[in-house]
Amino acid sequence: MKAKTRGGLRQVGLVLGAAALLAASLAVPYWQLTLYAPQYPGGLRALVYLTHVAGDAQEISNLNHYIGMKALDEAAPVERALAIPLVLLFGALAVVSGSRRGPWRWLLRLPLVLFPLGFFADLSAWLWYYGHSMDPTAPIRLEPFMPVVLGRGVIAQFRTVAQFHVGFYLALGASLLALYDLRRKEPRAAQVRAESVARPAEVAAR
Amino acid sequence: MKQRGILMGLAVVAAAVLAVSLAGQAQRAGTLPADVQSLIEAKGLTPDQVRAAIQTYVPPGKYDEYLMFSSAGQGGQVLVFGIPSMRLLRVIGVFAPEPWQGYGVGSEETETVLGWRSKDPRLAWGDTHHPALSETNGEYDGKWLFINDKAGSRIAVIDLRDFATKQIVQNPNAVSNHGAVVSPNTEYVLEVTQYAGPFPFRYVPLTQENYNRHFRGLATFWKFDRGKGRIDVSKSFQIELPPYWQDLADFGKLESHGWAFWNSFNSERAIGGTLEKKPPVEIGASARDMDYLHIVNWKRAEELVAQGKYQVVNGMKVIRLKDAVEAGILYLAPEPKSPHGLDVAPRGDYIVVGGKLDPNATVYSFRKIQEAIRNKAFSGRDDYGVPILKFDAVVAAQVKLGLGPLHTMFDDKGNAYTSLFLDSAVAKWTLGPPYNPPDRAWKLVQKLPVQYNIGHLTAVEGDTVKPGGKYLVALNKWSVDQYRNVGPLLPQNFQLIDISGEEMKLLSNTPIGIGEPHLAQIIRMDRVKSWETYPVGTNPLTMRPDPNATKPGQQRIVRQGRTVHVYMTAMRSHYVPDRVRVKRGDTVVFHITNIERTKDAIHGFAIDRHNVNLSLEPGKTETVVLRAERPGVYPFYCTEFCSALHLEMMGYLEIEP
Repeated sequence: MKAKTRGGLRQVGLVLGAAALLAASLAVPYWQLTLYAPQYPGGLRALVYLTHVAGDAQEISNLNHYIGMKALDEAAPVERALAIPLVLLFGALAVVSGSRRGPWRWLLRLPLVLFPLGFFADLSAWLWYYGHSMDPTAPIRLEPFMPVVLGRGVIAQFRTVAQFHVGFYLALGASLLALYDLRRKEPRAAQVRAESVARPAEVAAR
Repeated sequence: MKQRGILMGLAVVAAAVLAVSLAGQAQRAGTLPADVQSLIEAKGLTPDQVRAAIQTYVPPGKYDEYLMFSSAGQGGQVLVFGIPSMRLLRVIGVFAPEPWQGYGVGSEETETVLGWRSKDPRLAWGDTHHPALSETNGEYDGKWLFINDKAGSRIAVIDLRDFATKQIVQNPNAVSNHGAVVSPNTEYVLEVTQYAGPFPFRYVPLTQENYNRHFRGLATFWKFDRGKGRIDVSKSFQIELPPYWQDLADFGKLESHGWAFWNSFNSERAIGGTLEKKPPVEIGASARDMDYLHIVNWKRAEELVAQGKYQVVNGMKVIRLKDAVEAGILYLAPEPKSPHGLDVAPRGDYIVVGGKLDPNATVYSFRKIQEAIRNKAFSGRDDYGVPILKFDAVVAAQVKLGLGPLHTMFDDKGNAYTSLFLDSAVAKWTLGPPYNPPDRAWKLVQKLPVQYNIGHLTAVEGDTVKPGGKYLVALNKWSVDQYRNVGPLLPQNFQLIDISGEEMKLLSNTPIGIGEPHLAQIIRMDRVKSWETYPVGTNPLTMRPDPNATKPGQQRIVRQGRTVHVYMTAMRSHYVPDRVRVKRGDTVVFHITNIERTKDAIHGFAIDRHNVNLSLEPGKTETVVLRAERPGVYPFYCTEFCSALHLEMMGYLEIEP
């Protein structure tokens, strides 16, 4: 009995930790775009949070109007509005999953596990959209293009560097924590019954 | 012999250059690269000149170590230089319009500062003499700069957050002034009259009798409110003075805190009359051997004001001369005739007066002055009943420096530097105890020739309680042959001098082609913390949010009777709105906000054929009030090249007949 309690506590602790990491990621940027040009010696930085854009986003938007690109803070309105409730929900589901057995054990934490991937996909989609929906009446006309999601690129006189920021790594950490927890054996009482269910889940998670 | 000397000097320079440039690198050959060597030879530079060039060179992208705020004399402005490069960094519009800055050309805010919104005549110029940086505990704090207008008896307040003039106060009772100085905690800005006028100011026929009876000097202690960043006229006061021509002043500090000093000339009370074959003022005012140092207990004066012992004259609280004498606020001490500069030593213990017509710097001891006052060591009283302290009882030393000693600054090693106008030189000399032991006290150390006719000089924080040493700038009145001739109006000549060593060394020349600067002050760069941009929607006069600041999406044109309000934004590279239609006779009020947040994203707003040109720094909101009088279609446009589409940043103002 004693061992079971300790194992259960550890399990709840791990998913709680994962949920907390994801919640904490709300406070820090997920992605950063840095633009370098001669007249911006320190570079310009757009910091993309789950809920908003910050840094020099306004200046970048201002420059973007010359090529007819939409303002950065107009992107992903739904995602940004839902970010806080979703993060809380995903965290809560993961915590609940800690005490569940069978398919629920991994199904409930799936949103948390897939969160970083989802962010990356959504970001890529928006970047594609921004690069392909430029105002044709803009003073400077560019061919539609796919902005760089990760790595280096060039737009007009700007060299750009796109990279993940702390928030993304926190979310990734949360994801890995939840996965690590899945590898562990289920609570002893349920072990026999759940074993056959847990194994495929482990495989899937890998 | 001479050649060998030069060669040896070059070797020294080469070694110095290498020591600096090769720190951390492998030692190279002990000579300069051949191309550098040939540059030096082609220009015929001496080792000292090469050293000076390296010492004052600030490579692109690097900053100077100090800022120098200089008056621009009759140019009416303040000039800001970097030191040691001596590069001009800014011109600050103060008493005259300054179109680049949008100062006094259409903006309601700056024209209010200039007093052009009241009934006064629109003075289009001023004669700036003495900038005074605000102080905390006797050191520059880099918050404000004050400067006087000699011709208009005005004092201006410049905010160093944005290097812009915020307030100009007009002295209602004085007709001219000479200088602005601040007390050690910027409690007061002191303005002393130069030429006496009828008191209170009005018309009085100019006769000797009337002059003696009705003319007066005035010391004005403008109360500065640090919280508001403004002079508070209601808490300011004046002290009535005899009709001598009071001159440069300085506040006491540390041991002499609570006192102020200024000298005077024309205690003869000459009033000229050259056409009537009377001696000109220059003769009449130099007849006596002595003039008077004024010694003033301003703390006591403050108490007197608090007790209500003043008269209100034209809205100013004035302590009358009789009351000042009775209360022990004002004393005189003889000084060699027609002196000029007066400067208090860093510890507040000595008061140095430049003889001008006398070859000495006369040094008064504050302790001796206090003793003489206590012992009533008077040699008499002047015609106005002011007690005159005995010269010998108050003087600590007279140091013979040369011809035409004017102004004095101090370094961090107990030395004083005095400008010698007639000798065209800077004299370095030692202060007495406690700055130097008695055997080294009050001695002339060196005279460095300058080109030419030096007026003021200024050393790094050289009039504070902690002078910085290192550099000194000579502000020369004549340049004669120092520059290629650019017409008969020659530039003034600033010369940077190294005072870090035992010997002063001339480093560089800088021509000043805008007015004749008088005093300058040098402050450590890190003390000045100025804004890079305004918070969006800031009124530059109040430095607070402007009620008419316009946000994106709120731009609009509102007609109220014959007044049309235009709520406009400026941003790269367009105005919203960019078309404004009004009728002849309308009053058009533009409220324009630069909604940029990016450093250096500056826009202008100029209306063709109108007296309107604003400078809209990022975040700034300004107002233009325009009477639409001449029908036509006038472009308005951005005057500051802001972006690739700068020329497209324009709009039309239609004035219908």
